Amino acid sequence: MATVTTEQVEARVVETLASFGPDADQITRESTFEELDIDSLDLVELAQVVEDEYGVVLKGEDMKELKTVGDAVDVIVSRAE
Amino acid sequence: MADGARPGCALVTGASRGIGAAIARALARDGWPVGVNYRSDRAGAEAVVSDIERSGGRAVALAGDVADPAAPEQLFEAVESQFGSAVLVLVNNAGISRDDLTPALDDEQWRAVLDTDLTAAFRFIRRGLKPMLRARQGRIVNISSVVGLRANPGQANYAAAKAGLIALTKTAAVEVARRGVTVNAVAPGWIDTEMTADVSKDLLDAVPARRAGTPEEVAACVRFLASDEASYVTGAVLTVDGGLAA
Repeated sequence: MATVTTEQVEARVVETLASFGPDADQITRESTFEELDIDSLDLVELAQVVEDEYGVVLKGEDMKELKTVGDAVDVIVSRAE
Repeated sequence: MADGARPGCALVTGASRGIGAAIARALARDGWPVGVNYRSDRAGAEAVVSDIERSGGRAVALAGDVADPAAPEQLFEAVESQFGSAVLVLVNNAGISRDDLTPALDDEQWRAVLDTDLTAAFRFIRRGLKPMLRARQGRIVNISSVVGLRANPGQANYAAAKAGLIALTKTAAVEVARRGVTVNAVAPGWIDTEMTADVSKDLLDAVPARRAGTPEEVAACVRFLASDEASYVTGAVLTVDGGLAA
């Protein structure tokens, strides 16, 4: 699998999260899912996008650990490598 | 068929005959392009497709044993590529029975029925929810049985699977309700099909309506649950049994 950059993953994660409601310009690496009003079902959908695009499987227990957008980006990048 | 193109398509498992065939025809009349899944009865599935096409609808016959873990992905991809749209209506209808009194039921009879009637439905729901959650709309209808609500000697495996399907329906429905996706169950009683051909006719005395139901009477309920009009019905079990479970 081709290596993915943090910037690419971040852009894709922000785009996906924005499709769930929050404005894209409101989403930063430091934003928590809680303040973005991203719920558990949103995270399952995000995980499906991530799996389809990067082959990274994020299970429910992985998602529970993730508090911020940056946390999610970092784990995806590290596992995609 | 209804006018206006549908935004997606429908997949009905076990649709070569009986209740599944009637459901496929009913959804096609409502304007849905329909994937008509079958395991062994290819001629039956092709006859259903021909019927639908003669009435101006669209359908495709799709081979596949639902109990095969690879079946959901294969069937969803096949129907989506055939119609060029996402599956927005999934009807888990395929089912088998391997009857015996509980002391005589062997592991293989138990496993086969649970695999096909419950585990397969779970896998199809899991796969089906992907496009539906993305589309913020979708309809899943699981064909359970009145036996999942009321005892029927000789069917412990079938009853456990069908009751499990009701519990699965309710929990999945609650999980996805806020996405505009509904998950419901239909619980037919005694319906005149090949599956019930060997059942003792004495059982009819227990049916308040004093007759067996028809596949079309079950299909009408599925058609409603799959429609836009049923948008606030989710996690429900609709019995179609001539009053048997009342």
